[in-house]
Amino acid sequence: MLEYWLGVATLTGIYMIAVLGMSILTGFTGLFSVGHAGFMAIGAYTSALLTKTYGIPIVFGIIFAMAAALLVGLLIGYPTLKLKGDYFVIATLGIGQATKLIIENLTDITGGARGLTGIPEGSSFLTVLIIVLVVIWILSNFLRSKQGRNCVAVREDELAAASIGTKVASYKLLAMGISCALCGLSGALLAHYMQYLSPSMFSIVKSDELVMTVILGGTGSLTGSVIASLVLIPLPEVLRFGAIQEWRMVFYGLLVVLVIIFKPSGLMGNKEISIAGIRQIFKNIGLKLKHEKAK
Amino acid sequence: MFFQQVINGLSVGGIYALMAVGYSLIYSLLNFTNFAHSITVTIGAFATFYFLAEVFQNIYAGILFAIVVAGILAMLIQILGYSVLLKKNAQRIYLLITGLGISTMCDNLVIIAFTSRFRVYPANFSTKAINVFGATVGTIDLIILAVSAVALIIVQLFIKKSRAGLAIRGASFSLETASIMGINTQKLILIVFLIAGALAGLAGALLGAKYTAYPALGSNMANKAFISSVVGGLGSITGAVIGALILGIGEVLISGYVSSAMRDIFSYTLLVIILFVKPSGLMGVDTGERA
Repeated sequence: MLEYWLGVATLTGIYMIAVLGMSILTGFTGLFSVGHAGFMAIGAYTSALLTKTYGIPIVFGIIFAMAAALLVGLLIGYPTLKLKGDYFVIATLGIGQATKLIIENLTDITGGARGLTGIPEGSSFLTVLIIVLVVIWILSNFLRSKQGRNCVAVREDELAAASIGTKVASYKLLAMGISCALCGLSGALLAHYMQYLSPSMFSIVKSDELVMTVILGGTGSLTGSVIASLVLIPLPEVLRFGAIQEWRMVFYGLLVVLVIIFKPSGLMGNKEISIAGIRQIFKNIGLKLKHEKAK
Repeated sequence: MFFQQVINGLSVGGIYALMAVGYSLIYSLLNFTNFAHSITVTIGAFATFYFLAEVFQNIYAGILFAIVVAGILAMLIQILGYSVLLKKNAQRIYLLITGLGISTMCDNLVIIAFTSRFRVYPANFSTKAINVFGATVGTIDLIILAVSAVALIIVQLFIKKSRAGLAIRGASFSLETASIMGINTQKLILIVFLIAGALAGLAGALLGAKYTAYPALGSNMANKAFISSVVGGLGSITGAVIGALILGIGEVLISGYVSSAMRDIFSYTLLVIILFVKPSGLMGVDTGERA
């Protein structure tokens, strides 16, 4: 039983990495994607095939996976992020679907729709936990850097950001790169945890779930994304009866619409929970108590 | 053989065009992609099925019923989902997310309500094949082609000749200016959603006749229509129709002469290539943000 829940926790951690990537793209930079499961697929299959066929160490497989997802992401982002309008969204739809279809049809290499088996085992709960923590640490530092703030500026007002000399397109590309690399990482970890891959694991529904998790968590908060991942990703495991999966998606959809209409900033808004922040809260309470006593 | 394939491609393309025009109309006016478009297609197919099964076994009456139901649904989506955000002048990304939310919700409600089964219309167009210039062509393809063409011509006439059409054309340049000129833009947006929904309902009914009705029908097909509208140029109605016909014929020829597995790869690769080579599409107008 413990093993089962440890498995759920590991999967949650793996998907959380992808959600954190999407959080940078959708939450902080304000770009919408309906195809990021495709980048997870690119990462997963790259690492799986390299380690399985050529026997290279898993660590390098994962690095290659991130590089591959990053490369494809930048290739598709470069021409479309410079344009106004929905071209970027369309590009992500195209790349997400095309990736899945190509994997399905390259039966000789990827195993096609039947799936790819015999992938070397690599990710345990501990490694995933460490990677998640490192990713959160790096991202929270990134968001406090000049580049991170520029990304937020692009989301808030593109025109204003451009007028003070922010290169809007390059920051969008940066956010795209980060999100793709993290999705590649998440995909590769998934491959080495499940030891089995099939194209149906990376459908458009998965992409939509990634975006919706970010929206529900809060479009300007890493903490929000973490909390939303912790709640929403294990949900299908907990709810395993009848037509409940369809109802879950109905609920997600409804919740997203309601959140966008009534509280567009999501659960956490742009608030973060950090160790320093918690210490500050305790300090404030302490000060208040002292103040009361002095009275 | 080739001629037959082209007719088949035109009939598929015609249906894509019906949906693609909906995307283009809404994009030209409001500058965002209506991700909830696909659900009106699915509902169109199911409305026809249930009308034929429960009420009256005449395919044309079924199609009319589908058009009405889908048109009303599209207006409801605008009123309940988008209108609040449009009034607040919300960022475009919020509109996209709302559309995604609505479509996720409705797609799954459809699965719950109707199950994932494939449903064959109890009454359909004649399945006979007729001989045209030495090629055997399915009657159903010819009828679909004719119905789509008539619907597109009616919409085109409405936009080019009527007062409301004039208002739509004006508002597609600038919604704000149109509103200053005394046009009721809320009503106009509703009309555009009604047209888009009605066309999607028609497309759904025809798709159901050609391929049977099932819950994923709308999202599968609407994605193709979305590609068509991008290939033709987002926001351009003529472009959407041309893009749809190119995609329809291309898909049929690919699945006829190469392999049917390559069909979808062709569509999505075409999309990616177009975005690389000419992102504004064949007849696109660049609708940039204005200060």
